[in-house]
Amino acid sequence: MSVDIIDYGMGNLGSISSALDHIGVASKIVSSPESLKTATHIILPGVGSFSKAMQNLSEGGWCDAIRNAVEHNNASLLGICLGMHLLSSTGTEHGETTGLGLIEGNVVHFKTNAQVVEEGVLVPHVGWNEVAIQKKDDPIFQDIKEATDFYFVHSYYFDAVNEDHVLARTPHGFPFPSVIRNGKVWGAQFHPEKSGPAGFSLLKNFVGV
Amino acid sequence: MLKTRVIPTLLMKDMGLVKGVGFDGWRRVGTTLPAIKVYNRRQVDEMIVLDIAATKDDRGPDVEEVKLFSTDCFVPLTVGGGITNLDHIKGLLRAGADKVALNSICYENPDLVQQAAEVFGSQCIVASIDARKTSEGEYECYSHCGSKAQGINPAKWAKILEEKGAGEILITSVEKDGLLEGYDLDLIAQVVEAVKIPVIASGGAKDYEDFRLAIQESGAQAVAAASLFHFTEQTPLEAKNYLSKNGVKVRQI
Repeated sequence: MSVDIIDYGMGNLGSISSALDHIGVASKIVSSPESLKTATHIILPGVGSFSKAMQNLSEGGWCDAIRNAVEHNNASLLGICLGMHLLSSTGTEHGETTGLGLIEGNVVHFKTNAQVVEEGVLVPHVGWNEVAIQKKDDPIFQDIKEATDFYFVHSYYFDAVNEDHVLARTPHGFPFPSVIRNGKVWGAQFHPEKSGPAGFSLLKNFVGV
Repeated sequence: MLKTRVIPTLLMKDMGLVKGVGFDGWRRVGTTLPAIKVYNRRQVDEMIVLDIAATKDDRGPDVEEVKLFSTDCFVPLTVGGGITNLDHIKGLLRAGADKVALNSICYENPDLVQQAAEVFGSQCIVASIDARKTSEGEYECYSHCGSKAQGINPAKWAKILEEKGAGEILITSVEKDGLLEGYDLDLIAQVVEAVKIPVIASGGAKDYEDFRLAIQESGAQAVAAASLFHFTEQTPLEAKNYLSKNGVKVRQI
């Protein structure tokens, strides 16, 4: 097993590798797309804006490397927060930007959602909120109780096109997709590396798939 | 729904004086790091670590130190103190901070908030505002660790920083801070009223009831306290139990 955390200049890499260390999983932070050829599990972190992140990914030659790893080398991929957003078809943060296209959907601001505006919930969505699991059999949720709180910090959400891709939702004005999956590609809107024991379980489950 | 957060604040201050030696980097960690480990073990909702001497000492944040903190911190970490540019923010986020708190620099260069929000996203930019009550009973913002009057009302300032792209406001009453006599509930309410982003109440909490008041009366989305947790028997977990009994939704662990 080889767990690679992608360093494209936009992530809280230290937190993720510390969390993996904590659960006894060896990982490496990789700064060259070549490394992904041997990866079995890839984590795409991200703090920042969608457009800047995609610019960094494409300038660094990551886009094809990530797609190849998933599509041809059978690697599993977990996108966290902005990393989840980048899996989409398009993002709308600071202009429309094409995403990696691994899970069909658009990343939009909470305030573009009528229910969010109507309910008057605050944006950014910051803090602990429950994750309502829709696909309980998914291995990513092993040992995680229904409605466990995870830590969120974001203003945009992943509007999935295909409901089959939505594994869990979280209420903030409306139930937005908080965990998504397409084949061997998972996305989590919350930060498992900052969500205590439940977050550790999710990371453990991911490296176990 | 989103849970109300109870946040311990850790203030790092004048460490050179405390130890009386010049080379103080590691010893400083020796005092802060164990506290972070304890709070991490207790699964607090979030931690705020502020280097309140950095701006006065005219130095930037200590990124290496934050790296050490984050190694033992698996709950959200907000870091502030001495941040004056985008490189500081980038360094802190890379080191493991989840959010950064900007305070004094905002008065000199409010556009930094906007630039930071564009590059890193609003969600990780916390605008920290320190305020005092003037003799006329109005509130006024202070920078440089509460020492420099800025001639602007904190509610107005919060609104401006929200427009620039701040994702949260941390409002601290300078004169209430550390007294354990209760929050300045009016100040908190005025800031909450002025903005549509989450507000963290800070400065002076004496007990769990203060937390409840800041949340249910003043409308804060999170409550922060330092002295209450450091110098009394009260704990974040008990605080949440108290809040839960009084109808505040908190995260259960």
